[in-house]
Amino acid sequence: MSDESHLTESGPSQRIVETAVALLTLAFGLLVLLGSLQVGIDWGVEGPKPGFFPFYISLFIIVASLYNLMQAMTLGGIKEGLFSSWEQLRRVMSVVVPATAYVALVPLLGIYVSSMLLIGVFMTWLGRYSLVKTLPIAVGVPVLAYIIFERYFQIPLPKGPIEYWLDL
Amino acid sequence: MEEVANLMHGFATVLEPFNIGVMIVGILLGVIIGVLPGLGGANGVAILLPLTFSMSPTSAIIMLSCIYWGALFGGAITSVLFNIPGEPWSVATTFDGHPMAQNGRAGEALTAAFTSSFVGALFAVIVITLVAPLVARFALQFGAAEKFGVYFLAFCSFVGLSKEPPAKTVVSMMIGFALAAVGLDHMTGQLRLTFGFTELLAGFDFLIAVIGLFGIGEILLTMEEGLQFRGKRATINPRVVFQTWLELPRYWATSIRSCIIGCWMGITPAGATPASFMSYGIAKRMSPRGKNFGKGEIEGVVAPETAAHAAGTSALLPMLSLGVPGSPTAAVLLGGLLIWGLQPGPLLFVEQKEFVWGLIASMYLGNIVGLILVLTCVPLLAAMLRIPFPVIAPIILVLCAIGAYTVHNNPLDVVMIMVFGVLGYVLKKCDYPLAPLVLALVLGDKAEEAFRQALLGSQGSLAVFWSNGLVGSIMLLGLIALFWPIIQNSVARLRPRPAV
Repeated sequence: MSDESHLTESGPSQRIVETAVALLTLAFGLLVLLGSLQVGIDWGVEGPKPGFFPFYISLFIIVASLYNLMQAMTLGGIKEGLFSSWEQLRRVMSVVVPATAYVALVPLLGIYVSSMLLIGVFMTWLGRYSLVKTLPIAVGVPVLAYIIFERYFQIPLPKGPIEYWLDL
Repeated sequence: MEEVANLMHGFATVLEPFNIGVMIVGILLGVIIGVLPGLGGANGVAILLPLTFSMSPTSAIIMLSCIYWGALFGGAITSVLFNIPGEPWSVATTFDGHPMAQNGRAGEALTAAFTSSFVGALFAVIVITLVAPLVARFALQFGAAEKFGVYFLAFCSFVGLSKEPPAKTVVSMMIGFALAAVGLDHMTGQLRLTFGFTELLAGFDFLIAVIGLFGIGEILLTMEEGLQFRGKRATINPRVVFQTWLELPRYWATSIRSCIIGCWMGITPAGATPASFMSYGIAKRMSPRGKNFGKGEIEGVVAPETAAHAAGTSALLPMLSLGVPGSPTAAVLLGGLLIWGLQPGPLLFVEQKEFVWGLIASMYLGNIVGLILVLTCVPLLAAMLRIPFPVIAPIILVLCAIGAYTVHNNPLDVVMIMVFGVLGYVLKKCDYPLAPLVLALVLGDKAEEAFRQALLGSQGSLAVFWSNGLVGSIMLLGLIALFWPIIQNSVARLRPRPAV
């Protein structure tokens, strides 16, 4: 990009990301339009059909997205320069990746074991803590959650094979 | 005065030992939520909402609203000591609060912040006590068209008054409406926008959206900035508190002005964040010491804190009296009402007197308890902020996951918070406001219902929204709010420019 101060750092530009977001919202608007056309947007015997309201909503999304798209392409009213640097994105991904793995594991292993893994990975990998410091927190937090939610408030949380094996 | 008697009944409800306990727990949790990055008022309340399912609605709302007050107080601590706003509405507090802490006046800055918050909140609660019943009584005459008019007004003010580009606000809001429409159409009983996926039958729950957008999204933003918590130490001793209290009455004009700005911005859904900035800006212009703002001026702490707390509190006024929340947190509280089986809107004041007045009484007491708690717990809370991010971040993630799961006992919701989280991060970085999305998601069904009922009555003619003086003026106000930036510009252009 032309901005000199960002020469040392590289990364996706604000313009590209804004364009992508506008295209995404546009696609979403078209999807809503399609969905409302499927169920009918006119009047039936019972009054407006279910697609009536979402149809107009989708028109708003489409028109506003097109405007945003135009703004992003012509750099009108958006921040110049980088969306964020690769270094910043790397840090963001260092949360997104373990967190995504975590939410994917919850249905399989239950929330307690997954949480222990998540806290363990975060502290040892990102925080470079020793196992001695990591273990008490990684085990303690889920145990505390178990006591508060399952025992005290009687709210069941997702469990996996280990909990069933322990008969908790 | 029927209201006074009702309020006294409310105090009697709140003073039950269980409710007092719930209040203290709520405020403590709220302050912690306000202090920790990634946990804010809205998603903090959303995560803890399932804990209240087994309580009576009155105890539940006391706990959740106290979490909200606590979060409002807590945001100031991080702003002053660490120069990191714990909440968006505390950003303006960092301008003078942190320089004060650097000059060794942290205790003074915190006392000023907490006391101003308290004053702002108290002002707003008094406004709620006096005005909300009147608004509710007035709103009882509303038909479907008027109801839609109120929603229209609320959403138009979002577009016209927010600092984000209007087209982006519209996109964000309409995505909320579209997501709210997914699933069962309540008026015809037909499915829509599910595209054959059975997972979409129940639609999108706004609690999941709130936890993802505000909770996970906020953690990602924090991580990107690579924050290092290096803060000033603070001790508050009674002498400092007392001295600051003696000094504060000098800023009465700023205080009153900030209260009014805050209440106005809170009732119209502009929210606490713009209120705090506006109040700071005006105080800077009006104060004789305006030049020193930004270098550690106590008035620069008083102004934004008073306004933010007044706005945050008064955001509950339209929620209680009209069923239209003025902020994302108020929207979550409104969602709570629906879950506890209460119908938000003007009828609450008639049918659920104990609930409404219990809540209002708890606002008075909650803020007093909150002030005492934060003044005494500052060292403890500051210590909590020194917990390194790699430890606190996964714990917050776990809390978000538990909160999301407990809403419907659906493991898929846990996955959804991650989707909303990444979405929230990208949208926020591209200047799309998130609050309209959440509010539209909460109010979507009700707004649509009002719209369709009004049209049913008029056989599809849009003229129903101009059919009488009442609905006409509400709609006109909405249009004025919508086109406010344009109106403001043309007025400015007509006037000669002042010399700079």
